[in-house]
Amino acid sequence: MSLAESFRMAVQGVAANRLRSLLTMLGITIGVAAVIILVAVGNGSSAAVQSQIESLGTNIVTIMSGGFGFGRGSGGSQSSFTQLTLKDVKALEDKNAAPDVKSVTPVVNAPSVTMVEGSATYTPSQFVGTTATFSEARKEPVQAGVFVTDQDEKQAARVIVLGTTVVSNLFGSANPIGQTVKVNGIGFTVVGVLASKGTNGIQDQDDIAIVPLSTAQQLITGATGGLSQIVIEATSASTVNAAEAEATSILTPGHSSNGAPTFRVLNQASLLQTTASTNHVFTVLLAAVAAISLLVGGIGVMNIMLVTVTERTREIGIRKAIGARRSDVLAQFLTEATLLAVFGGALGVAAGLIGSRFTIVGVHPVVASYSVFLAFGVGVAVGLFFGIYPANRAASLRPIEALRYE
Amino acid sequence: MSARVHRPIIVLRDVRKSYGSGELAVHALRGIDLVVERGDFVAIMGASGSGKSTLMNIVGCLDVPTSGRYLLEGIDIARLDDFELAWIRNRRIGFVFQSYNLIPRTTALRNVELPLIYARVPKAERRGRARAALELVGLAERGHHGPQQLSGGQQQRVAIARAIATDPAIVLADEPTGNLDSRASEDVMQIFERLNAAGRTIVMITHEADIAAHAKRVVQLVDGLVHSDQRTATVAA
Repeated sequence: MSLAESFRMAVQGVAANRLRSLLTMLGITIGVAAVIILVAVGNGSSAAVQSQIESLGTNIVTIMSGGFGFGRGSGGSQSSFTQLTLKDVKALEDKNAAPDVKSVTPVVNAPSVTMVEGSATYTPSQFVGTTATFSEARKEPVQAGVFVTDQDEKQAARVIVLGTTVVSNLFGSANPIGQTVKVNGIGFTVVGVLASKGTNGIQDQDDIAIVPLSTAQQLITGATGGLSQIVIEATSASTVNAAEAEATSILTPGHSSNGAPTFRVLNQASLLQTTASTNHVFTVLLAAVAAISLLVGGIGVMNIMLVTVTERTREIGIRKAIGARRSDVLAQFLTEATLLAVFGGALGVAAGLIGSRFTIVGVHPVVASYSVFLAFGVGVAVGLFFGIYPANRAASLRPIEALRYE
Repeated sequence: MSARVHRPIIVLRDVRKSYGSGELAVHALRGIDLVVERGDFVAIMGASGSGKSTLMNIVGCLDVPTSGRYLLEGIDIARLDDFELAWIRNRRIGFVFQSYNLIPRTTALRNVELPLIYARVPKAERRGRARAALELVGLAERGHHGPQQLSGGQQQRVAIARAIATDPAIVLADEPTGNLDSRASEDVMQIFERLNAAGRTIVMITHEADIAAHAKRVVQLVDGLVHSDQRTATVAA
């Protein structure tokens, strides 16, 4: 019997009892859709976390003073030799000692700085003093105006770059560039507005004000305070770990107590890797749960096919009496089971793709193309596998007994 | 073919069939000897329990005898495996059942095509042969009707068309008029007579004497044995 004929008979068999066929398909449909959607949710959440991390720059290593625990490392109580200073920045900029370092950016954080513009008063969550390389290293481009320059740094210029949240709080919709804003009573000229990055899930990344490092140290934090952070940008993503090692070996002699370093190193790349692998486990777990429903769907196919075979025992007898071979009957019922699985799988793919367009528990699902093919393939394979037993049972019926069956 | 001219289509030698074993064994056939020549029209009569259905199943290669030999066109059926038996049922035997046994939700034409599908006849040829068979039973226009849209007599005629579609050596009819009224029965018997007149060999089971009267030879079974064997008309050579 040709494939076309098996197919035609199978379509007839499926169409003979539409509701039941539909319900059988539903099992596979739900399984396939669940795999696609859950993998997409896992993917989406990991993509969200990754993009947050990437928005801080992937090639960077952040060094903070304070060896252990969660110390803020902003200086003050710590003895001077453990503090990170501009001398460390100079040491790290040495191309011979640190060939994989592209740029070194010192950063000071000024806590609770109040800004006044006319009648508006605002305290941004981050007030940062830093140098020109910060913009590139931390991926903080300006959307209007300019960032603080090396010239500003040398002159300790009273210029300020604002995040969009700060702008809207102080200036509303007016253009802030060229305006003056008072910081702790000192006038600063707004020279740039940072491109909006949105929230990273924990804090508003646009709630930031940036001034030159020298200006910040002179006017706000005081010149004796150490640096809060040193941001090191590696020459490329593949040299991040080398840059980290170089920085550690340069800083350790000056910053250790009893042999243990008194600074902390945060490597964005390794953080990214860690979260990626965590998210991968999470995604696999979700997919495994969904795969179970696919299996249950397959058992549904087997159940219905067994019922169908029993119901059509007489028909099988007739077919055998007029010359159907074992393989003909096998092909017919196997094709029928496969057809149910293929239709169910196709519906599942459609449902999965549609379902993935909605935001689920705050995550924008990202459909992985492999999950679509895998889910569909496994769905069809499951249907085929669970169709084997009933089809074999039909094919093994003895014609004389099958004909007598009422 | 010339060498086969005198070979009978069916040869049964001391065919026995029993169900169960020991003291509970039921002996349906107790030693049947029967030869059916090409072109004959044989009616097998007998009361229920006489073993005529068992005989029909054996002749139709649906069942195997407990002992004895059965040769169909000179081939010993006992030596064939499932695959070969399916081939024999497909090409050499055409079944007509009491309850028509058409495949439900399947058009008349498609029902007639079915044995040709299993015979791997290409689609175009299959259509033609199925239509010709339907025409032979006078149902050419009913090809696209499903069984449920046809009367009993029409369904049985479709079943006959299906039985002859593969041009078998023999048509086996098991109480073909058992579910039909007298007019439909007459139609069906006329078709059988026509087929036989055209040279087709027919073996038919019945318990009605007036139906058996259409045959050329009447074999009476009693308790699993041939009780009488009367020829009422000669077989055309």
